[in-house]
Amino acid sequence: MTATSAPARGGIESSAGGGVPPVRRRRWLPFSPWHLVLLPATLVLIFPFYWLVVTSLETPTEALHFPPVLIPHVLRFANYSDAFNSAPFGRFFINSAVVTVLTVLCNLVLCSLAGYAFARFRFLGRGALFVVILATLMVPFQVTMIPQFLITKWLGVHVLAAVGINHIGALILPNAATAFGIFFLRQFFRTLPLEYEESARVDGASRLKVLIRIVLPLATPALATLAALTFLDSWNNFLWPLIVVTSTNQMTLPLGLATFQGAHSTEWTLLMAANVMSLVPVLAIFFLAQRHFIRSVASTGLAGT
Amino acid sequence: MTASEQFAGWAFVTPGVAIILLFWAVPIVWSAVMSFQSNNLLTPSTPFVGLKNYRQLVHDPIVGQAIQHTLIYTALFVPGTMIVGLFLAVAMNRQIRFITFYRTAAYATMAISTISEAIVFIWLFDPSYGVINYFLSLVGVPQQQFLNSPSQALYVIVIMTIWGWTGFSVVIYLAALQGVPAALLEAASIDGCTAWRRFRRVTLPLLSPASLFLAVWLTINALQLFDEVYLSTQGGPLNATTVLVYYLYQQAFVDFNFGYASAIAYFLFLVILVVTAIQFRVGRRFTHYRS
Repeated sequence: MTATSAPARGGIESSAGGGVPPVRRRRWLPFSPWHLVLLPATLVLIFPFYWLVVTSLETPTEALHFPPVLIPHVLRFANYSDAFNSAPFGRFFINSAVVTVLTVLCNLVLCSLAGYAFARFRFLGRGALFVVILATLMVPFQVTMIPQFLITKWLGVHVLAAVGINHIGALILPNAATAFGIFFLRQFFRTLPLEYEESARVDGASRLKVLIRIVLPLATPALATLAALTFLDSWNNFLWPLIVVTSTNQMTLPLGLATFQGAHSTEWTLLMAANVMSLVPVLAIFFLAQRHFIRSVASTGLAGT
Repeated sequence: MTASEQFAGWAFVTPGVAIILLFWAVPIVWSAVMSFQSNNLLTPSTPFVGLKNYRQLVHDPIVGQAIQHTLIYTALFVPGTMIVGLFLAVAMNRQIRFITFYRTAAYATMAISTISEAIVFIWLFDPSYGVINYFLSLVGVPQQQFLNSPSQALYVIVIMTIWGWTGFSVVIYLAALQGVPAALLEAASIDGCTAWRRFRRVTLPLLSPASLFLAVWLTINALQLFDEVYLSTQGGPLNATTVLVYYLYQQAFVDFNFGYASAIAYFLFLVILVVTAIQFRVGRRFTHYRS
């Protein structure tokens, strides 16, 4: 993990300035020439964000004007209240938040338990179960989605309505534990030194207590990574909600936004206002926890190196 | 192994494993079975029909088109995203003023959902009022139809998805660039290597594990393209953007041909397996692992 945390520390000075060795050269610009590359590139990258916000604040006449109005004359904040009143975005947001938070928590708990057992305990069927879990890791979601839909439908009718079709429970339960999470935590637990756990066991701690008091605190970086990746996956998931949810009050933000787009496809100002509202919470979380997200994504890439 | 260890093992794994068995392992087998059945809304029973679904798949002209579109999309999206990511990561891999701003701007594309991204790009590329057409008109290009044009729609989707994955590839490449030892680059420059040769002969080979990871990861995602197509073109115009997963979705949840859709799903799985196997095989030859 130490190597993978490098970008988050911003510790670029030491190793990575590597591109520019300390050779004295004549400075022909009062600033680094790389700005000439980075500034235009960054403008292109953030232009969609700029245009999204600008359109969300324009009047419909300005938005549907050609040539486009690049800087609006008056800011029309009423677009936001109009969008908010024409679809239950508050509800979509709460649904998304509930689904995402519960999915992340369930994954942390269930994958820790299973990952720890696979890492440390010997029990009958361990090898076989682990192979099955690894196998499911390789199969794309599209292969399983039709039976998943049928199982969810059956569960809703025969077991518990809250996890059936048209309930947000159906968005949580199938993803409450992931093969990736179990595999990922098992690999991490195996790198921890065994001595602490053994001495705690000798002192009479139960296996569960050892996991909670000793192993999990040591595994915080791995848990944070799993939480960040699960968060992004769950918050942005679209295909599964599209299949199992059709009633408006159970929709998550991506699905609600897509449905809103279908109904208001020409009302660009409302659509963009709705889009901004759906983006702000996740962008805020992303910037607050940016280090974690970046480190998590980077560590998936460096895992194989 | 003691009895208590047996018990603890099963107690710990049961909740998580039960979910994975129920929602992933069972469905894998079930959809394999379904792909050999006739399962649609017309018939109440689901009789076994042998290879009929797979035979239909081979002769379905839309499947042929969908494969073609999926492969064209993947062939453009994967290298495109990697080149953009590598270029930006190399440019951002230095301590200069505003570097945090530059990096954050790239990272931000990672937080935006595919749905938000698609909606913004539909608007940017709107044929009548879109700002892209305006910028093009400034340099004398006539009005383009973009997503309404069968010959352009797929390329617009390539552009919007490359933008959406820029942050991801920048993060992967920046992290890998941190691992390039400065001593090697210094040695190369003392030996008289130009900046380009240093990049080409030292940096790029050391980045090859990250490149292989990105190639495989982006390809798996590209072969499963769905969200942007669903939002922007619904497979049109004239099936010009019908990709495999979009056609699979239509067969499964618009027409409810579960049997045929399962056959398409398994075909997709096969395509992914073959393509990634080739990538690993070819990639191994160009990948240098530092031991």
